Amino acid sequence: MHEPAWFRWVRVIVLTLLGLFAIAPVYVMLTASLKPLPDVEGAFRWIPSHLTFSPFIDMWQTIPLLTYLENSLIVCSVASVASVIVALLAAYAVSRYRFHGRQVFSITILSTQMFPGILFLLPLFVIFVNLSQDTGINLYGSRTGLIITYMTFTLPFAIWMLVAYLDTIPRELDEAATVDGTGPLGAFIRVVIPAAIPGIVAVGIYAFMTAWSEMLFASVLTNDSTRTLAVGLQGYATQNQVYWNQIMAASLTVSVPIVVGFLLLQRFLVAGMTAGSVK
Amino acid sequence: MVDTIRVEQGVTPSAPSSPPKRRWWRRGSLPYVLLIPAILLELLIHIVPMLAGVGISFLQLTLFYLRNWRAAPFAGFSNYAVAVNFSSATGQALLHSFTVTIIYTLIVLAGAWLFGMAAAVLTQRAFRGRGAVRTLFLIPYALPVFASVITWNFMLQRDTGMVNQLLLSLHLVGSRPFWLIGQDSFWSLVVVQLWRTWPFAFLILTAGLQSIPADLYEAASLDGAGILGQVRHVTLPLIRPVNRVLLLVLFLWTFNDFSVPFTLFGSAPPSQADIISIHIYENSFVSWNFGTGSAMSVLLLLFLLVVTLVYLALGRRGARHA
Amino acid sequence: MRPTKLSTLACAAAAAAALSLAACGSSGSNSGSSAKPTLTYWASNQGTSLQDDQHVLAPQIAKFTKQTGIKVKVTVIPWTTLLTQITAATVSGKGPDVLNIGNTWSASLQATGAFLPFTSSVMNTIGGSSRFLAGSLSATGAAGQPPTAVPLYSTAYGLYYNKAEFAAAGISAPPATWSEFVTDAKKLTKGGHYGLTLEAGQIPENVHLAFELSQQQGGSFFDSAGKPTFDTPQNVAAVKQMIDFMQTDKIVNPSDAQYSKGTEALTDYATGKSAMVFWQTASGSLAKLGMKASDIGVAPLPLPDPMPAGGKKVTSMVAGINLAIFKDSKNLSAAEQFVKFMTSTPTQESLNHTYGSLPTVQAAYSDPAFNTPAVKTFRSILSTTAAPMPAVAAESQFETAVGTAIIHLYASAATGKTVTNAMIGQALSQAQQQLGG
Repeated sequence: MHEPAWFRWVRVIVLTLLGLFAIAPVYVMLTASLKPLPDVEGAFRWIPSHLTFSPFIDMWQTIPLLTYLENSLIVCSVASVASVIVALLAAYAVSRYRFHGRQVFSITILSTQMFPGILFLLPLFVIFVNLSQDTGINLYGSRTGLIITYMTFTLPFAIWMLVAYLDTIPRELDEAATVDGTGPLGAFIRVVIPAAIPGIVAVGIYAFMTAWSEMLFASVLTNDSTRTLAVGLQGYATQNQVYWNQIMAASLTVSVPIVVGFLLLQRFLVAGMTAGSVK
Repeated sequence: MVDTIRVEQGVTPSAPSSPPKRRWWRRGSLPYVLLIPAILLELLIHIVPMLAGVGISFLQLTLFYLRNWRAAPFAGFSNYAVAVNFSSATGQALLHSFTVTIIYTLIVLAGAWLFGMAAAVLTQRAFRGRGAVRTLFLIPYALPVFASVITWNFMLQRDTGMVNQLLLSLHLVGSRPFWLIGQDSFWSLVVVQLWRTWPFAFLILTAGLQSIPADLYEAASLDGAGILGQVRHVTLPLIRPVNRVLLLVLFLWTFNDFSVPFTLFGSAPPSQADIISIHIYENSFVSWNFGTGSAMSVLLLLFLLVVTLVYLALGRRGARHA
Repeated sequence: MRPTKLSTLACAAAAAAALSLAACGSSGSNSGSSAKPTLTYWASNQGTSLQDDQHVLAPQIAKFTKQTGIKVKVTVIPWTTLLTQITAATVSGKGPDVLNIGNTWSASLQATGAFLPFTSSVMNTIGGSSRFLAGSLSATGAAGQPPTAVPLYSTAYGLYYNKAEFAAAGISAPPATWSEFVTDAKKLTKGGHYGLTLEAGQIPENVHLAFELSQQQGGSFFDSAGKPTFDTPQNVAAVKQMIDFMQTDKIVNPSDAQYSKGTEALTDYATGKSAMVFWQTASGSLAKLGMKASDIGVAPLPLPDPMPAGGKKVTSMVAGINLAIFKDSKNLSAAEQFVKFMTSTPTQESLNHTYGSLPTVQAAYSDPAFNTPAVKTFRSILSTTAAPMPAVAAESQFETAVGTAIIHLYASAATGKTVTNAMIGQALSQAQQQLGG
């Protein structure tokens, strides 16, 4: 196919501008994390006066990064793994069976996706506090409480995506297994789950990433020992004497694994999302 | 026992909708069993809190009752009355915040779609380095919100930020403007949210474009359509179903988003960028009056429901006419 | 049989979830039944940074642990979130064992019922109430009820000025009236250097100054019945005066509108970026920030001349930090021991000396460290021209609402909007509505 010269020019210009827009914060994050403190205290410098790795070392002292990291890892892993397990069972039912209430269930799941988080936050806060008063079960400020609230957004998403993914696995596979004398549950465990592994992993990681960035619930329902990275770093950047080079180093450190994970998985995600949206 | 159920029986669309009662629990029980954990969790995390939230909106649930909400006095519709009384300061502030949020959402929506579409169309044809460009475009969406928006916060600092340095060196401004307070804070929010959102539009639109058969373009090309003509006559009409869902999802996400404004401004944003999610949050956790906060959330939910239903209904009618 | 498989799967999932929940459920305060508990203590940010406070407190905590065997886990909480965190703790019942509160919040927090009342028997356990200065003890709660906090640090506002810069500009004495103040500040403002610096993006600093200026105007934020009266002409005039430092007099850097961390204005003053600052007792922090002691001058805040009708000669609020015990604490007696330790004469001498604040117990003043000219100035301010902030239950909400309103007004002024009396009046009445008034 021929491309006129103007088209190539437009392409170069537009893509360059969009690329610069996309990459500018990454450039700032990367360079600032390698700058000595005076460089980030005065007017902005495009290039560090000299390169230093000390922000990456000092940040562990300045910011309680290890605690935040531990909290985020635990809360996000448990919330996403639990969501995926529960969602997988439900998704199999929705994908393979026509049963009473299927429509209602699907619509409920989909519609909770559009609810503002604050709608759940206030009652959950009240419920947690009163539960603790009445029964001594303490969810407010605990990781367990945060995990439960995180499932408010990871679970519906996981169900939705996994239904879409299971729909792409040919039913002939389950049927062949059932003909072989395995029950539907056997077919599910021996045939469908293995075939769905890529989708399961992608959904799990995406749920993990979403939880990793969550701020609304974490800003209210955590205390100093359970604070997650998202609110911990945000708090540090707005409340304290700011060592921007260290904040940038910390931001970079907690971003790299997430970005790599996302880029590796984006194919699965797009397939799942568009499958869900085209329906 | 479950062995006896054959999957195909359950799958068959023509399966009897009300099988004989005696065998019903045996034949159809598996999907329900599989759903039990999800339903229980849904009840626990969504349904019960939501009902509780609606309940709270009818209570005068202030600081002094939060630990024992059963003791809170019943308020009737007074929380709603306060929220929608637009001649009072609270109502005015809510209306202002709502208006700001709508304008911000629409601008971000339009920008994200435009940028995403432009990038998707321009990377549709193979060229050297296309893979790298696509990956680059996804980075804003892949970065954790807090990390990237903290960086934006740094970039938008008046005296030490990159943005003012750039504007000064290009001689676009005489003195350093403020980006995180005052009128311009609105545009800061729009730009940062746009930066964060457009890659998602790009991702979905790229996938949508890939599902358009290449021979349609060839046919259009044979008919004498140039690149712009092909975009207008092939791409845009065929991408419509994707657009329909994409725009709704983007609208809901942007409208409800909390993380970006919260990271950029903290819990007390400038009034020009007083997004509704933050507004309700600030109202609830500064004054500790959960009654009004809940009433506002319920109103917000009703608004979103109406918008979504109207949008879907319009879309369906549009699809039928097309 | 298949169902067993299903139940196995379900059980496995449930067990996994339960395990992981149990594994991470062990957070929050340690309430072990051992004889030597670990206390949790929330400290306010008194020093130059959160880390600085940790360093200052560490040796005292170590001493306490050595004496009693009780460990203390200290968390320093920045001023921007201190009130929210304390309120969340009182609301939820999940808080530290011991905590610092701004003394102006005493009545508000007392009303929540979350703190241990210092009845006479509790007072006796911590060494008796007669040890404390009467003035400090007056700001520990509403009148007629047992206090729910005891004074820890006592401070007052003063006008800090840079003696060297004053001399260089030919100004011989600190300004006594606001018109002299503005004239001096204008002289000192040139080429990126400013006459005055303000923590204009921060709630407490804004609201304290508004209170003091309003008193000078004869205004009040609550009437005698405890009802909010935010938008009176006197209060509007007081806020206008604050905004005009930046807007009309141009003696404040517009960048100060973003100073919100509670240390930035002081740092500007200490590092010579501006000549004056209104601050609470700060000699400890100023030394740490590298300011020469000989450059530091302190005077009371200026007064209007002539005094407006009904105006009071108030140059400071009765400022300070109180120490409270959480009623739900499982370590009440350890908490009482800690309060006793923190208010003991040696600890008072050491901490107040480091922070530059004033001891709240009489005995500490025999230490010569508290007989410096600066301390004398602050003691005289406290005894002659200081007024307590309103001791009403809505006080903390007042601080948040009015403080936030002033932050937005400063932002408008900094970004080139003209802030008028009408705008201020509207902002203040909106703040008043937030209190349901």
